[in-house]
Amino acid sequence: MKMKTIKTCVTALISALLVFSPVAYADKWSDQFPHIKTTGDIPGECSYESMSKKDYSGKTLKINTHAVPVMGEPTALHAEQFAKLTGAKVDVTHTPAGDLYAKAMVPFQAGQAPYDIVFGFSNFINDWRRYLEPVPKKYVEMKQMQDVTPSHIGVASWDGVMYQFPVDGDRHYLKYRKDVIDNPEYQKKYKADTGKELRVPQTWKEYGEMAAYFNDWDWDGDGEKEYGSAEVMKKDDLMYAAFYSRSAAYSKNPKTPGGFFFDLDTMTPLINNPGFVEALTDWVAATKYVPPGGINFGLGDEIGSFGGGQTLFSFSWDDAFVAAMQPDSPINNKVGAAQLPGAMKVWNRKSNSWDEGFNQAPFFVWGWAVGVAKKSKEKEMAFDYLCFFANEANHQADIGIGRFGVNPFRNDDFKAEVWTQIGWDKDIAESYVDTLAKMEESKNRVFPLRVPGTFEFNAALATAAAKALAGQLSPQAALDEAAKQWNDILNRVGKDNVRKAYSVGVSMEDNKL
Amino acid sequence: MNFKHKFVFLFPGLFVLIGILIFPIIFTIRLSLSGWNSYTPEMNFIGITNYIRLFTDDPRFWESFFRLSFLSVTTVILQYVIGFALALMVWREIKFKRFFRVIFLIPMMTTPVIMTVIWRTFFHESLGPVNDLLGNIGVKPILWLSDPVIAKFTVIIVEVWQWTPFMFLLLLAGLLSLPKEPFLAAAIDGASPYRKFVYVTFPLMAPISIGAIIIRLIEASKIMDTVFVLTSGGPGTATETSSFYIYIKGLREFQMGYAATLSFTYLVIMIISLTIIAKVLTKLMIKE
Repeated sequence: MKMKTIKTCVTALISALLVFSPVAYADKWSDQFPHIKTTGDIPGECSYESMSKKDYSGKTLKINTHAVPVMGEPTALHAEQFAKLTGAKVDVTHTPAGDLYAKAMVPFQAGQAPYDIVFGFSNFINDWRRYLEPVPKKYVEMKQMQDVTPSHIGVASWDGVMYQFPVDGDRHYLKYRKDVIDNPEYQKKYKADTGKELRVPQTWKEYGEMAAYFNDWDWDGDGEKEYGSAEVMKKDDLMYAAFYSRSAAYSKNPKTPGGFFFDLDTMTPLINNPGFVEALTDWVAATKYVPPGGINFGLGDEIGSFGGGQTLFSFSWDDAFVAAMQPDSPINNKVGAAQLPGAMKVWNRKSNSWDEGFNQAPFFVWGWAVGVAKKSKEKEMAFDYLCFFANEANHQADIGIGRFGVNPFRNDDFKAEVWTQIGWDKDIAESYVDTLAKMEESKNRVFPLRVPGTFEFNAALATAAAKALAGQLSPQAALDEAAKQWNDILNRVGKDNVRKAYSVGVSMEDNKL
Repeated sequence: MNFKHKFVFLFPGLFVLIGILIFPIIFTIRLSLSGWNSYTPEMNFIGITNYIRLFTDDPRFWESFFRLSFLSVTTVILQYVIGFALALMVWREIKFKRFFRVIFLIPMMTTPVIMTVIWRTFFHESLGPVNDLLGNIGVKPILWLSDPVIAKFTVIIVEVWQWTPFMFLLLLAGLLSLPKEPFLAAAIDGASPYRKFVYVTFPLMAPISIGAIIIRLIEASKIMDTVFVLTSGGPGTATETSSFYIYIKGLREFQMGYAATLSFTYLVIMIISLTIIAKVLTKLMIKE
């Protein structure tokens, strides 16, 4: 009997080892690398196990990345892990966001490669691609890459060639305080006071009305005043992306393909048409319902403000939402996600009039991107590092940490279980993945401007929008000024050069790529 | 023979001068005649196109220049007045004189970027302590960084705090080096402290005052870090200065050729205007 029991136990143990072998295998690595303790190692071409078989002893990998924590922290963490696994020496340099472009461009243009890997934004692709090594076929075809959504493959590629290794996925969407919007008492009070429904705002006008109503009073009972909305309004701090998000609903008309920023046929800038002007007029009104000083909020301020429970709404990248859902956040599990608000009219540039009816357009804003310098002498090691950075175990751990700035870009990320297992409420996780998935499915998307001189175009627009927000110019005058500058830039860069590059983005927007 | 020897001795100095002063200026002029940018990364020759653009189609540069003039003149005047007052205070025999001298110098010894981050936190309109304190006495939040007019004065406050000690140091050194005889003569004549200051101290301090003002004007006209950290030139373009604008054009938008045009033009304007200011100050402050 005793022998039988032992045999049964041994059989059960062997069976368990066989059945759960990936878990047992994973534990070996999660003991050494607690960052992946939730999932353990996940088998794949660039897993911990696979990387441990590489030997890069005596070699040095040089990386230029963003400042800590956003993207800088995961870069350094995975560099340390990669060094332990492969024996390589990895030097990580941290650079402020505003200087990432120039820090790579200066040596690129001088024909040097002080960094093997350069981090930047995905809209740098047109300027950087001639200096970057295309991602080799073996990485493009590997399993972990097959799970990347088509939109993000498109963002990382140019004319079908992948130049940027996908490590992050970005889009703008609406974040709101669920404990207010779904609160029956507030719904009743709002109806009584305004005659309107309190609900997740469907249009920017509704967004503005609700934000103005819930502005400058203590609606969460914490003894401090709360405000309507936190937005990125600070000039030169990514604010033009926020403006494009507000403009998409008014200006991206599915009936008029052929360009959102320019008319592809004539290359006439569209940024001063009535759609954009309407969006800027809304935005100027928003200065009345942001927290004091909100007109100077950069991305970090917006994340801190909404994530810290100071405002009812926010819209931009995922970071504010993930930060709000961190276990130590005062509004943990009190937030909801939804698509960007729409509009009840959209400008039709062909008929030169408004088309009445609901319109909504998701903005696949640029995000973090990374490439390997063409002149690097350690290309293989560099691509292995990037592949390791984005392996499934690291990716799943990274996307749950708000400050890392790593956001969903794989089909697997759009499963609610990924988020419930890190402590999110089921309905919040479902609304979050549903929002992201619907954006992927949309046929009326806006992609970032990725043309020669992108920085000049965006900076001109940001300056004009900032002047309107500060009351220095009217929305129409500000956008007329921006359009004039866009024409000047077009003349300097060459209309045909810009048109050629812009046509790639338009093909994505028109669902041809 | 001797003539050649002299050249050998002069050569290292000339070489350094050419390397660190003449070459960068010549290179900047050449760069300003090119269209080097992110999409044309080469030193091509486009003539005076960039200069035509600057003088006919770039009001933002001129606005930033006039804003800079206002900010630098205002900050330097305030620094001079406060610095002179503090220097006079510790020039006399007072208790804890050494202690005060060190205390007054502390702001200058701090790192400008770090201190500006701290000031930005102080002035943060919703989270900073300044508005919080004002709120306790019933004052509504002041838009220190978001109002186009107030933001300029916030920049002035930070600049004055940071650099008044430099003015104080120069003026104190000047006061300590003044001859004692004129003061003895004034005392014998029974001059009041006011008359002593107006007729003895101030005239004797005029040369060093002019030097201090010019040095500070040169420095203040390069104001960049305070604006960069405190307001990023905003709200709108309300606090954008020339150097910050040149930085945006050169290193944000990567218009290297055009940024060189702005830099060279700015250099010429500064040399001319500072020379005029020095002459005017000399005429006003130094009586023959």
